[in-house]
Amino acid sequence: MELVKVTIDGRQIEVAKTTTVLEAIQKAGIKIPTLCYHPELRPEGACRVCMVEVEGARSLVASCVYPVSQGMVVRTNTAAVREARRMVVELLLANHPKDCFTCARNLNCELQTIAADLGLRGIRFEGKRKSIPIDANNPSLVREQEKCILCGRCIRACSERQGVHVYSFVKRGFNTNVAPAFEVGLDKAPCTFCGQCATVCPTAAIVEKDDTREVWQAISDSTKHVVVQTAPAVRVALGEALGMGPGSVVTGKMVAALRNLGFNRVFDTDFTADLTIMEEGYEFISRLNNGGKLPMITSCSPGWVNFVEIMYPELLGHLSTAKSPQQMFGALVKTYYAEKSGIKPQDIVSVAIMPCTAKKAEAAREEMDSTGCGPDVDFVLTTRELARMIKEAGIDFSSLTAEQFDAPLGISTGAGVIFGATGGVMEAALRTVVEVVTGKELDCLEFHAVRGLNGVKEAEIPVGDLKVKLAVTHTLSNARKLLDKINSGDADYHFIEIMACPGGCIGGGGQPYASCGDIRQKRLNSIYECDQCSSLRKSHENPAVKELYDTWLGKPLGEKSYQILHTHYHPQQRG
Amino acid sequence: MSNEQANNCCGDNAHGQFQKLDQILTEYQDQKGALIPVLQEAQNIYGYLSKEVIDRIGKKMAIPTSQIYGVATFYSQFHLKARGRNIIRVCQGTACHVRDAKTILRALEDNLKISAGETTTDRKFTLETVACIGACGLAPVLMVNDDTHGRLTPEAIPDILARYL
Repeated sequence: MELVKVTIDGRQIEVAKTTTVLEAIQKAGIKIPTLCYHPELRPEGACRVCMVEVEGARSLVASCVYPVSQGMVVRTNTAAVREARRMVVELLLANHPKDCFTCARNLNCELQTIAADLGLRGIRFEGKRKSIPIDANNPSLVREQEKCILCGRCIRACSERQGVHVYSFVKRGFNTNVAPAFEVGLDKAPCTFCGQCATVCPTAAIVEKDDTREVWQAISDSTKHVVVQTAPAVRVALGEALGMGPGSVVTGKMVAALRNLGFNRVFDTDFTADLTIMEEGYEFISRLNNGGKLPMITSCSPGWVNFVEIMYPELLGHLSTAKSPQQMFGALVKTYYAEKSGIKPQDIVSVAIMPCTAKKAEAAREEMDSTGCGPDVDFVLTTRELARMIKEAGIDFSSLTAEQFDAPLGISTGAGVIFGATGGVMEAALRTVVEVVTGKELDCLEFHAVRGLNGVKEAEIPVGDLKVKLAVTHTLSNARKLLDKINSGDADYHFIEIMACPGGCIGGGGQPYASCGDIRQKRLNSIYECDQCSSLRKSHENPAVKELYDTWLGKPLGEKSYQILHTHYHPQQRG
Repeated sequence: MSNEQANNCCGDNAHGQFQKLDQILTEYQDQKGALIPVLQEAQNIYGYLSKEVIDRIGKKMAIPTSQIYGVATFYSQFHLKARGRNIIRVCQGTACHVRDAKTILRALEDNLKISAGETTTDRKFTLETVACIGACGLAPVLMVNDDTHGRLTPEAIPDILARYL
């Protein structure tokens, strides 16, 4: 690697020749404002907020797209740079709505933060406003183009990270906006509702659909019994949105906060993650033994399921028919739990806290109604929405004393919690499948080959006489690579785990903002820490799951299980 | 192009209506940066770029339709709606503006019962505004296809239109 010397604000540093000026500035420990730049996406140089002075250059340069060179002298804090920066931000604000008070991103907006950091005390210009109708025609995401600053991060996240290519810049000049082809709503576009666009949006131009009002209303309705489930990845990220460090494990505080908010029962999606392993594990064994369609592919990530239904309908037969943990949970709450607790399903409101925006759309699927009296999961809140409710209720989150989930649907194992990380479902399944098939206890429960943030992970694991070939991947652009391999006949895997979001659910579209590599790694480590600390770490050893089968469901893949815990998929004609 | 062709491209007979387009797509196969020439030739065939045409180009060239749509809406040479047999370009440039070009535009809109940028339902006329056609001496002025009509009054509009029916 060739190194070059550059001088930044009088400090000399050595960086690789391929570095951009912005990266060199950051390496020198200097923070300059950026908007269109995102560390995990190709730089674009669209917003010009990161302009700096480079000695010898004709004008100020956009540091995010300008390469370093030997002997380069960079100044980030001259009068000209400060003036240009302020002008760029003022011009952005000239066309921007001034409704910060009531905006979904108030106090959490990159544009607002930059305006504050630059000390702007007035906007000299009043520009025209865009008037494009708000797109709120789907259960997951809301797009408000008036708030878009045309940074293009959503376009790049959707294309580069997800390979879905929903968005593009359309039209030009002042009329430029970001839209799907033919400017349809996201419900008509090939959108998977994964929400990665919302996680990278610097403003409130793309946000999750807010369902907190509905949940507050249910909680305050004394005729309703409101139960809540919390997904594995929420407990390692919620703290970030409430002033704690990345990767803080806040399981007990989260349970306490949910009780304080007024939920009648606080349960855990990890319980049905364990149940998913039972159903999906047995389904895999059955496919292996009975010549079923292989590779079998996991189906708990609804962004991923949408992706197959929209882009690869010919491969739907590969998806496990097991419902996702959220939907298994919803189905059980309105049947098993209703029966056990003597509460009518129509009097139960079932809420799910998810790291995910696609989960909102999953809950709204027609077929997810086990009782015929409404959706199994009535409302899905993202981690961000839960954090907002906790703030609204005035709960001092960090000082809460940890509490335990309610029984029985709050009892879970370490295998359930690792669902929140890429490779987790595979690892949890292996812990059960290997023991069920061989009848012997595993010596080591950790399957390191399927862990970590590498794009595509492959492994061969002996299960009895058979060497099971596995693949694990996350992000939809990586998923595409595997699916193309299946379609071309080059894949001889038996079992594949696919998660739509980077790092799995810990990097989901509903997680606290600023999800990037370091933060995801910390969340990931915490997930495995939760597993390590669990007294039970195999789904088939979950006593509540065993009781559920013994007293009510029968056996995995049995008639009742099949009816309540499995689903079907259908091609979606969109875009 | 003819209206028949424009109408045909909405059908589902891939061999019939896409035959010419597919030929072009084969010509440009594997050629990098060929999108704009392909869009131009497709528009020459069909008169405009329909959703079906854009979808087909996207599929054959392996370019996301969102990107094609972005390109097609960036350049004013591309049209996404069916256009009329006669294109009326009514000048709104400075000279025409001071000689009351607005009333000419209004007369056209009233007579054709469409707004600027639209096409009549019988597809006979498309009405567009332009910034200047370089015939300021004739202001206010309009063009129908390649014919120039100048020193206009609102009263003259019905007669001019009648010539193209």
